[in-house]
Amino acid sequence: MQAGTIRKFTLLLGIATVFAFIGGCKKQVATAPPTHAAPAPAAQPTATLAASPAQINNGDTATLSWTSTDATDADIEPGVGKVAVQGSTPVNPTNSTTYTITVTGTGGTATASTRVTVNAAAPGVPPASNQSMSELFEQNVKDAYFDFNKADIRGDARDALAKTAEFLRSYPQVRVTIEGHCDERGSTEYNIGLGERRAQAAKNYLISLGIGAGRMDTVSWGKERPFCTEHTEECWQQNRRAHFVAAQ
Amino acid sequence: MTRKLAIIATLFTAALLLCAGNASAQDWFKTGTGLGVSKARVAVPEFAVRQPIPQALEKTFHDVLWSDLEFCGVLELVSPSFYPPQMPSQPSEVTFGEWAAAPANVYMLAYGNLSGDATNLAAAGYLSDVHNPQAPIALQKIYRGPATDAGARLLAHKFADDIVGLLSGGSPGIAQTQIAYVSTRSGNKEIWAMDYDGQNQHQLTHLKSISLTPRWAPSADRIAFTCYVPFRGITSPQICLYSAISDRLISFPRYRGSNSSPAWSPDGTQIAFMSSQNGDPEIYLSDSNGGGLKRITFAAGVSTSPAWNPKTGKQIVFVSDRGGEPVLYLANSDGTDVQKLDMPDMGYVVDPSWSPNGQLLAFSWRRPSGNFDIYIMDIVNRQLVELTRDEGRNERPSWAPDGRHIVFESTRTGTRHIWSMLADGSLPRQLTYQGQNESPNWSPK
Repeated sequence: MQAGTIRKFTLLLGIATVFAFIGGCKKQVATAPPTHAAPAPAAQPTATLAASPAQINNGDTATLSWTSTDATDADIEPGVGKVAVQGSTPVNPTNSTTYTITVTGTGGTATASTRVTVNAAAPGVPPASNQSMSELFEQNVKDAYFDFNKADIRGDARDALAKTAEFLRSYPQVRVTIEGHCDERGSTEYNIGLGERRAQAAKNYLISLGIGAGRMDTVSWGKERPFCTEHTEECWQQNRRAHFVAAQ
Repeated sequence: MTRKLAIIATLFTAALLLCAGNASAQDWFKTGTGLGVSKARVAVPEFAVRQPIPQALEKTFHDVLWSDLEFCGVLELVSPSFYPPQMPSQPSEVTFGEWAAAPANVYMLAYGNLSGDATNLAAAGYLSDVHNPQAPIALQKIYRGPATDAGARLLAHKFADDIVGLLSGGSPGIAQTQIAYVSTRSGNKEIWAMDYDGQNQHQLTHLKSISLTPRWAPSADRIAFTCYVPFRGITSPQICLYSAISDRLISFPRYRGSNSSPAWSPDGTQIAFMSSQNGDPEIYLSDSNGGGLKRITFAAGVSTSPAWNPKTGKQIVFVSDRGGEPVLYLANSDGTDVQKLDMPDMGYVVDPSWSPNGQLLAFSWRRPSGNFDIYIMDIVNRQLVELTRDEGRNERPSWAPDGRHIVFESTRTGTRHIWSMLADGSLPRQLTYQGQNESPNWSPK
C-alpha cells in the first residue's frame, strides 16, 4: 500500500516535471516578441505575401513566403492556418487560389494576398474519368529502342517519343524517370555508361519537343535488368531501350 | 608513328597466330614476366607428424601446401612417385644424393614436421638445395597457428609463400591474398570475397539490390563498388564503400544520374569513377572520402572503367566510345594528354587492368570475328598476347599482386564463374561453383 502511494507520488512528480518543462518552453517562445513590441505599443503591423512560382501545373508545388512587422500572430487562409510571423511553406492547390495572410499585433491587424494560378489541362484531352493514370501512361508512353552499341535516336524511336511527348504535354503533372537499358553483350561497366546515354538521348529528344527538363530524371540499369533473357538478336533488341516509369 | 606501331602489332599478332596454328592457345607465348625461364624442380614429401594432431588437419596442411605450390607459377612439383623411400622430417635426415639423382632430379626439397595439441598447431618447415649439401639451409622456420582447418591452411599458405618468395627472387607469394567478386547466390548480386584458391567464400554486402565492380583499396582494408541505392527518390547506381575492418558500409557522397566503376589511386588517397552528374558519363576524381570532386575527361560519349598505373600513379587507362566503339585510352592521371591505344583489329576493348609493375595491361577484347577473350599488352612496345581462346566468354581480368596470376570470369562451363590462371594463359583454375559469379578483383596484399 505504502509502496503504491510512493509510486503514484513519483508518477505525479514526473508528470509535474514534464508540464513544468513544457511550460518553460512555451514561456521562452512567448516572452520574446513582447519585449520587442513593448517600446512601440501603438505601431500598426504590416505584412507581405508572395508565391513562387505564381503559376503552376496541377500537382506541382508553389512556395508561399511572407514577412511582417510588429506582429505577434499570423494566419494564412485557405488551408494553411496559423504560422510564424515570417517564413515560407509549400502549397499544392488543385485549383487557382488566392491566399491571404492576416497578422495581428498589439497595434492592430494587417492583411496581404497573393494568387497561385493552376494551369488547366490542355483542351482536347480526353477526360481521365474511366481510365486510371497508370493505364493511360501505359497506353501512351512507349519505350524507345536503340541499335547495338549506339545511343542515337532511330526513326521508330522518334515516333514513340513523339507519342510520349504528346502524353506528357497533356498531363503536365506527370513526372518520369527514364531508364536506360542494354543487351547482355559487353562490359558491365561500359553498359552502365551506354544505358545512361540512351536515357539522356531520349530525354534530350523530349526536351526538343518542348517537354521541361525538370520533369525527367535519367538512370542507367546497364545490362542488369533485361526484359528478355534469351541469347538472340530479337531478344537483345528488346533490351536495348529507354524505358519510361512514372515518378511517384 | 601510331600507324607504324599498329603495323608492328599486326605483324606480331600474325606471327603469333601462325605459331598458334598447330599449338594450343596456352603454350605459344611467354609473357616476359619471368615465366619463360625453366622452373626449379621441387619435391614436397609429406610432413612427419611428431605429436598426434587430427588427421583432417594433417590432410588439409598437405593438400593446401601442394596446391599452393602447384599453382604458384615459379616452380615445377616433382611427382611423389619419383621420391626415394626415406622422407626427411628435419635437415639431418635428408639423403641429398637420392633426391638429386634420377628419377627424382630434384633441385629444392621442401619438408618438415607437424606437431600440436588440442588448441595449437605448429609446422617446422625447411627448404634445402639438394645439390649443395654444404650450403646453408635456404629456409627453416616454425609456423604456428590454431588447431583448426583455417589454422592448418594458414600454416601451409605461409610456408608456401616463403618458398615462392625465395625461388622467385623475392617477388612475394599470393597464398594469403583474397579475391572480391560479385555473386548471385543469395538471390541478388552482392559483393563476396574468398581466399585466392576459392576457399572460404563469404558474402560481404547485404544490400538486396544490385552490387557490382568491387575494387580493393591498396591497403586491402576497404572495397569500393557500384551499388544501386535510392537517391532523391530514384534508385540509381552510386559509389559504395565497404570497410573490411568494421564489416559495414562507410559513407560516400551520392550524385545525380548514374555513378559506377570506382578505382583507387595506388596511394589510396583518391578514387576515380564514372558519373553522369553533369550529363555525359565522364570520369571524375575525388578524395577517398568523397571530397574534392574534379572532372577529368571531356569528350562526348561514355568514358568509364578507369584504372591507375599502380607503379607510377601518374597514368590512367580508361574505356571510351568517343571514337565509335569502346576502346582503351591512356591519359595522365589528371586527365591531360589523352591518347588512344591503337589495336591491330576492330572490336570492343574493355575491362582494363594494370599489372603491378606498370608494364602490362590486361583487358577483354571482342574481335569482330569472335567471342570475348582476355589479352595482355606491353604498354611500351604495344605487343599483344591472347590468353584465352575458344572457351566461352572470358572477361574482366584482374592482376594478382605477384604479377604472375590473373583472375577473370568465364562462361566456359556454361555458367559464369570465377577462374584464375597464370599470366601466360596456363594453369586455369575454377574458383567458384555456385550461382553466377563475375567481376573478380584480386586484393593487393
